[in-house]
Amino acid sequence: MARAAAPAPLAGVRRGIRRRRLADRLFALLGAACLGIGLAVLAVLLVDLAIDGLPHLDWSFLTSFPSRKPERAGILSAWVGSLAVMAVTAAAAIPLGVAAAVYLEEYAPKNRLTDLIEISVTNLAGVPSIVFGLLALGFLVYVLDLGRSVLTGGLTLAMLVLPIVIVATREALRAVPFAIREAAFALGATRWQVVRHHVLPYALGGITTGVIIALARAIGETAPLVTIGALTYVAFLPAAPLQAEWPFLSFAWLRDPFTVLPIQTFNWISRPGDDFRGNAAAAGLVLIALTLLLNGGAIWLRHRLRKRVRW
Amino acid sequence: MGDLKAEAIGLDFHYGDVQALYGIDLPIHAHAVTALIGPSGCGKSTFLRCFNRMHDLHPGSRYGGSLLLYPDGVDIVGPDVDPIQMRMRIGMVFQKPNPFPKSIFDNVAFGLRVRGGLSRGEIADAVERALRDAALWDEVKDRLGESAFRLSGGQQQRLCIARALATGPELLLLDEPTSALDPVATAGIEQLVLALRERITIVIVTHNMQQAARISDHVAFFYLGRLVEFGATRQMFVKPAKPETEAYLTGRFG
Repeated sequence: MARAAAPAPLAGVRRGIRRRRLADRLFALLGAACLGIGLAVLAVLLVDLAIDGLPHLDWSFLTSFPSRKPERAGILSAWVGSLAVMAVTAAAAIPLGVAAAVYLEEYAPKNRLTDLIEISVTNLAGVPSIVFGLLALGFLVYVLDLGRSVLTGGLTLAMLVLPIVIVATREALRAVPFAIREAAFALGATRWQVVRHHVLPYALGGITTGVIIALARAIGETAPLVTIGALTYVAFLPAAPLQAEWPFLSFAWLRDPFTVLPIQTFNWISRPGDDFRGNAAAAGLVLIALTLLLNGGAIWLRHRLRKRVRW
Repeated sequence: MGDLKAEAIGLDFHYGDVQALYGIDLPIHAHAVTALIGPSGCGKSTFLRCFNRMHDLHPGSRYGGSLLLYPDGVDIVGPDVDPIQMRMRIGMVFQKPNPFPKSIFDNVAFGLRVRGGLSRGEIADAVERALRDAALWDEVKDRLGESAFRLSGGQQQRLCIARALATGPELLLLDEPTSALDPVATAGIEQLVLALRERITIVIVTHNMQQAARISDHVAFFYLGRLVEFGATRQMFVKPAKPETEAYLTGRFG
C-alpha cells in the first residue's frame, strides 16, 4: 500500500464531519424546542387552573356535596363516584381484556377470522366514546335494566377501554421471545403452563402500562356517562361497601346513581355567570391529582412485578 | 454398534405446500452421539425437530412415514401420539442459549414442576444432580437464587443442558448448541457431550465439521432435504462413499 495521507483530502473529510455534526446539533435543538413547547403549554394550563382553583381547594371542598352556593359547594359525591366507577371498570376490563388477548395471541389459529377480529378490535379503539354511551344506554340501561347506576357507568367505560387493554396486552405478549416459549414447550409444558409460568409473567410490565393508559382514558370521560344518564347533581353517597353487620361486604353501591368528577366540572363551568368558575378549576385540579395517583399506584405495581422477573 | 434408540423410516415432512424432508431412513444408535451435518437449509434441523414434535407449534406442518423411539417402538410422529408425552422423554437444547428470566434454580426445576407430584426435596435433589451432570454445579451452587441472565453465554448453554437433563430424558437433541459461543465455551460443551454419551443418546446438529469429527460416533450428511450418506464418523471423514459427501467435507460447497 502506498502512503496516501495527503493533507488536502484530510481537510475535506474534516469539513464533512463538521457539517454532519452541525446537522446533529440542529436536530437535537429542534427536538428540545418541541419538547419545550409541549411542556410550556402544559405548564400554562396547570398554572391557569391553579390560579383559579387553588383558593377554593380546601378540606371542606373535598368533603362537601354540591350546593347552590359556590363557596359551600364541594365534590364529595363526584370523587367518590369517580373511584367507584373506576373500580367497576378495572374489575371488568382488565380480566376480560387480558384473557381475550391471551386467547388471540397464544391459542387462536392464525386465519382470516382472527385477522378480521384483530382489525375490528383495533378499530373499536378508535370509535368515539359517545357511540359507546349510546350502546350502553340501549343495552345496559334498557335491555338489561341495570339502571343509571355505578354498575352501568363502570361497564360502559369498560367497553370503551377494552380494546385498549386488548391491543396493549397483545403487544406485550408478542414482545416475549419465541425462544422462551420453545424452551418451555420442549420441556413438556402444556400451552396453559407456558402462558401461566412464562409468557404472562414476562409480559406483565407491558400489560400494566396498557392498563394505566386505559384507566387514565376512562377517568376523564364525560360524554358516554352523560348519555347513560349519570346525574349532574348528587347530594348523597353510594352505599358503603363495608357494613358493620354480617356479611360485612355490600354491593348495593353498584346499583346507586352517581356522578363523576368530569361531569361535575362540566356542570359548574356550563352555568351562566362566573360564580362557579373557581369550583370547576378546583375540581379539575382534583381530577388531575386523582389521575396521577392512580397512575402512580399502577407504576409502583409494575415496578414490583418487574422485580420478580429476573432479566 | 449397539442397540438402536430411534429409527426414521421413510420420514417426510411438509411445511404447508413445501416439502422439507424426503423419505429419511436413519438409525440412531443408543448411547452414542449422532451428528447431523450439511449446508444451511438442507433439512438437518428440521429433522432434529421432528423428534420432539417442535413443528407442531406452527400451523400447517405435516409428517409422513415414521420415526420410531425404542425400546417400545412408539411412532413419535404418529397421528395419535401426544407430543407432550414425547417431549417428556426427549430433551432439547437450542442454538442460542434461551434460559428463562428466572433464577438458576427455577430454570432447572421447571421441567420437574411441569410434571407435578414431586416434593420440594425431590426437586432440589434433581436440580443439583442435573447441574452436576452439566458440569455447572461448582460454578453456581452458591448463587442458585440469582438470575440465569447473569451467567456467561457458555454457562447459560450448560444451564439449558441441565434444564433438559433434569427430567431424565432418554434422548437429548442439540441444535447447533455452540454456534453462539466462543471457542473456550465450545470446548466445555463438547467435553460435556462426550461425558454424557455414557448415559444418554445424543443427536447433535452442527455446522462445524471438526466438531462432528471430535465428538460424534456416527455422522449423517443431509443435502436438499434428503439423507445422502450415513456412517461411522471415522469412515465418513476418511473415505466417504458418495462424491457429494466428499465435496462437502473437503469444503468444496456448503
